Amino acid sequence: MIFYRVCKITDIPVMGSRIVNLGPESAALFRLYDGSVLAIENACPHKGGPLSEGIVSGNSVICPMHNTRVDLRDGTVEGPDTGSVRTYEVKIEGEEVWIRL
Amino acid sequence: MNAKTMERTEKRLVMIGNGMAGMKAIEEILKLAPSTYDITIFGADRHPNYNRVLLSRVLAGEMAAKDITLNNEDWYRERGITLHLGKEVSEIWRGQRRVVASGGVYADYDRLVIATGSSAVILNIPGQELENVLTFRDISDCERIKEASRRFKRAAVIGGGLLGLEAAGGLVDLGMDVTVIHDQMHLMNMQLDKTAGEMLKASLEKRGIKFRLSTITTEILGDGSVGGLRFSDGSAIGCDVVIQAVGIRPNKTLAERANLYCNRGVVVNDYMQTLTDPSIYAVGECTEHRGKTYGLIAPLFEQARILAYHITGHGFKSYRGSVVSSKLKVSGVDVFSAGELKGASPEDEIYYTDRGGGVYKKLVLRDGKVSGAILFGDTNDCTRFFQMMQDEVDVRGERPALLFGNPMSGDTGHSGPASISMMAPSTVVCGCNGVTKKEIVDSIAEGGLTTRHDVTKKTKAGGSCGGCIPLIEELLVSVLGSSFMQRTKGEPICDCAELTHEEVKKEIRTSRLTTVRRAMEVMGWKGEGCGTCRPAINYYVQMTWPGEAKDDPFSRHVNERLHANIQKEGTFSVIPRIYGGAATPDELMRLAGTAKKYNVRAVKITGGQRIALLGIRKEDLRSVWGELGMKSGYAYAKALRTVKTCVGNDWCRFGTQDSMGLGITLEKILEGVLTPAKVKLSVSGCPRNCAESSIKDLGIVGIEGGWEVYIAGCAGVKARVSDLLCAVSGREEVIEIAMAYLEFYREDARYGERTSAWVKRVGLERIKKSVVDDAGERRRLKERMDECLRKRKEDPWEGPDSEEVFSAPIEITPYGGP
Ligand code: SRM
Ligand SMILES: Cc1cc2nc3c(=O)[nH]c(=O)nc-3n(C[C@H](O)[C@H](O)[C@H](O)COP(=O)(O)OP(=O)(O)OC[C@H]3O[C@@H](n4cnc5c(N)ncnc54)[C@H](O)[C@@H]3O)c2cc1C
Ligand code: SF4
Ligand code: FES
Repeated sequence: MIFYRVCKITDIPVMGSRIVNLGPESAALFRLYDGSVLAIENACPHKGGPLSEGIVSGNSVICPMHNTRVDLRDGTVEGPDTGSVRTYEVKIEGEEVWIRL
Repeated sequence: MNAKTMERTEKRLVMIGNGMAGMKAIEEILKLAPSTYDITIFGADRHPNYNRVLLSRVLAGEMAAKDITLNNEDWYRERGITLHLGKEVSEIWRGQRRVVASGGVYADYDRLVIATGSSAVILNIPGQELENVLTFRDISDCERIKEASRRFKRAAVIGGGLLGLEAAGGLVDLGMDVTVIHDQMHLMNMQLDKTAGEMLKASLEKRGIKFRLSTITTEILGDGSVGGLRFSDGSAIGCDVVIQAVGIRPNKTLAERANLYCNRGVVVNDYMQTLTDPSIYAVGECTEHRGKTYGLIAPLFEQARILAYHITGHGFKSYRGSVVSSKLKVSGVDVFSAGELKGASPEDEIYYTDRGGGVYKKLVLRDGKVSGAILFGDTNDCTRFFQMMQDEVDVRGERPALLFGNPMSGDTGHSGPASISMMAPSTVVCGCNGVTKKEIVDSIAEGGLTTRHDVTKKTKAGGSCGGCIPLIEELLVSVLGSSFMQRTKGEPICDCAELTHEEVKKEIRTSRLTTVRRAMEVMGWKGEGCGTCRPAINYYVQMTWPGEAKDDPFSRHVNERLHANIQKEGTFSVIPRIYGGAATPDELMRLAGTAKKYNVRAVKITGGQRIALLGIRKEDLRSVWGELGMKSGYAYAKALRTVKTCVGNDWCRFGTQDSMGLGITLEKILEGVLTPAKVKLSVSGCPRNCAESSIKDLGIVGIEGGWEVYIAGCAGVKARVSDLLCAVSGREEVIEIAMAYLEFYREDARYGERTSAWVKRVGLERIKKSVVDDAGERRRLKERMDECLRKRKEDPWEGPDSEEVFSAPIEITPYGGP
């Protein structure tokens, strides 16, 4: 796993997301309201829905398919649902966003 | 502990009473402001907080005492709360802001909450000192009663109210021979009329309970231990156990001794502060608010929430009193009562009586609204009626069907026995999320849940299409009795704020709020909002300030953000407008051409008279739209969807009007206008109604010499046949009425509420008044719609949409080596 430079921080809309693909692997980068950037696997543990298209709320994203709520910090799912997704390390240097894939 | 707390920067909150209302207030305070207060709680009871409502189930042996605990000692510890169990507070020293409890324990406060509940009323008759004269109020009472039932056979219950009958039911289940003595002519006289009271008696007699009505107890007989009861007519009965359930009395002595103003209870203002000392609050059964005391959970929890808001300095909500409902929790007997028992005149009462079948229903009306309900034998409609009372629905138009409306009719996807009590535990209640009756019932009983929202949060039931919400509400009622909180009227948008839809709309208007972010700031939102409240606010700001408010794409569901419906594999569907369902050959050719060029996975004629291209990738959406050269059909939006038309008088041998023409005109006028929920129209050329106007949000039917306008139909999750709004002669009038009606809907309905639910809630009369009867109001509504149409967005498939929502994935190629 190494860090890749992916985009400028302003390339990710606030409360929105960008998808990063590395081969078959797909990560969703989210930029929260407080400016932090977090990344998780872009497939919902429920039925694989694209989490990148969900509504961001606090530190979570709500899957656009059936409303599973995934915590962006640790990839866990809020009850009553179960499961989790991978999280990816992100670092910001100056304007640049890096992700470890 | 005193010195320690003084050093803290937190303020000190002390609560007297560890019961349901007090603890609800603590939970709410912690939710709102987890670190504002250093909390100390005194409880006279040795048990941590438990669900008193379920005591009758403990008595009946259906549950154990440990099953009804709401907050165990770990709960307090984890939250850093100091809990003094088994310590009764004896003094409040207001000068020093200190409370003193038994054993010399004391605590100093900045804010004090009195939540001492109430005690059972003890009759002023000889014999009170005898052994086995009991009350039914707490866990130890329950234990004493059960213990007595093991040793004795005959029990007498004094008091034929809710509590007395629940106790009697429990005692019968424990195998005792039970007589209920009641001083009034019929049972539950506070909640029922004579007929219902009599039917209740008959049904309880079948369960083996004996009754002595209109009987005043004058003495408890016995030598050391209970032996019998004597009555005012001189007669007597023998019994070994007596349970007094003649009422409750607020525990206000402590407050009185501290010179806090008390009447029947501790008197509080609309923020639950005592009138005498603003640093002291009171909540629960011990209080008196606007001259009323309450003895049921729902209003007490409401009080607890208001208290929490005020004491943490959040929001501006006040308590204005509650309408209460009660339901007897004796198995096999269904009784429900709410509000007024009698109408001002006989014209204000509607009855259904079937003594043979054991069913009785009565509704009391006041000014055309339901102000009271009594249901016996069949309580399926209790939530519906109670909701009508809370929402003050005008029911004049529905009068003939009021008592017969089965709330389940028209539901799809969860058919089955109409009565929840008849359902097997394994029956799926929520078809979308596969949640069974048992899972819901368990979550209510074990999780201490009291609202529909809690149930949804815990189990997901009711969180998707919402069709099963009435069933969940019924389950809440059946498990919790009247403690199920009906909060619809004051129901907050979601957990992020304690504000109702109406309050949010009002604030957006008065404070001229034009962005989601600003609205949340001004209204003191907790956190950044969620997927429920942000889309609602986003709609409300744009509805209120057309052209001025800024749309927030990230407060929209992906469908609305990308102007296409997301599908199973993450692909999207494209459904262009085909006005009135009438396509030109050109359009069809472009549709076919695009489908071929993009190798579209499926082309389908939709149920809405248009053509869908299915399985389009997100990155292709914009080129597909461009290629089609057609406008967006808004098949994804809370906006005008389809206008279904029939061929009409141009072609059809029965046609009396140009339905296709009017349909196309309406669709062109109204397309792109945002609405609280999707809106579907139809226009039929004659009463044969081939365009199905009876199930549309707005349905128009051509008749000889004019048109009939129908509203609030729906064919979705909860089907509803539309109501006739009016009949008019000209096409222009139809258009004006359509615009005024939809504008009224836009402004008045709650986000997500379809016209069918909205009209049901606010009443047809109200809509008729503004849209049909009052020409001035109709014109003003139409003008506001015109204004909104002038400022509506360009076609979203064409207009410059924010680039960022369509940004392509970033592809990374791995380096050659690590
Ligand atoms: C395409 C279509 C089915 C079809 O193949 O015919 C359709 C497809 C969807 N419907 Fe529908 N509905 C379609 C006609 C209907 C109809 C019939 C009609 O309009 O004549 C109804 C019942 C009539 C009514 O609404 O009163 C209907 C009642 C629903 C409901 C339940 C609404 C309700 O209030 O009860 C939903 C769920 C919702 O909106 O929350 C829904 C939701 C959906 C969604 C958008 C589900 C979603 O949120 O992802 C489906 C998108 C599938 C996709 O892959 O694009 N669809 N849907 C129809 C599109 C019509 C069009 O041209 O725009
Ligand atoms: C058997 C039974 C069945 C019921 N069924 C229903 C129902 O179906 N639906 C419904 O809505 N309601 C029902 N109720 C009523 C409901 O339980 C009460 O309205 C509710 O519990 C009152 O809450 P509270 O916090 O005001 O009082 P309580 O829950 O009584 O709490 C008061 C607490 O304060 C403590 N306390 C009092 N004085 C002091 C002091 N000086 N120092 C320290 N602590 C003190 C007490 O020990 C007690 O724990 C039922 C009640 C009973 C008894
Ligand atoms: S198109 Fe409508 S009915 Fe069909 S599966 Fe989707 S939501 Fe259900
Ligand atoms: S795929 Fe995410 S909730 Fe179902």
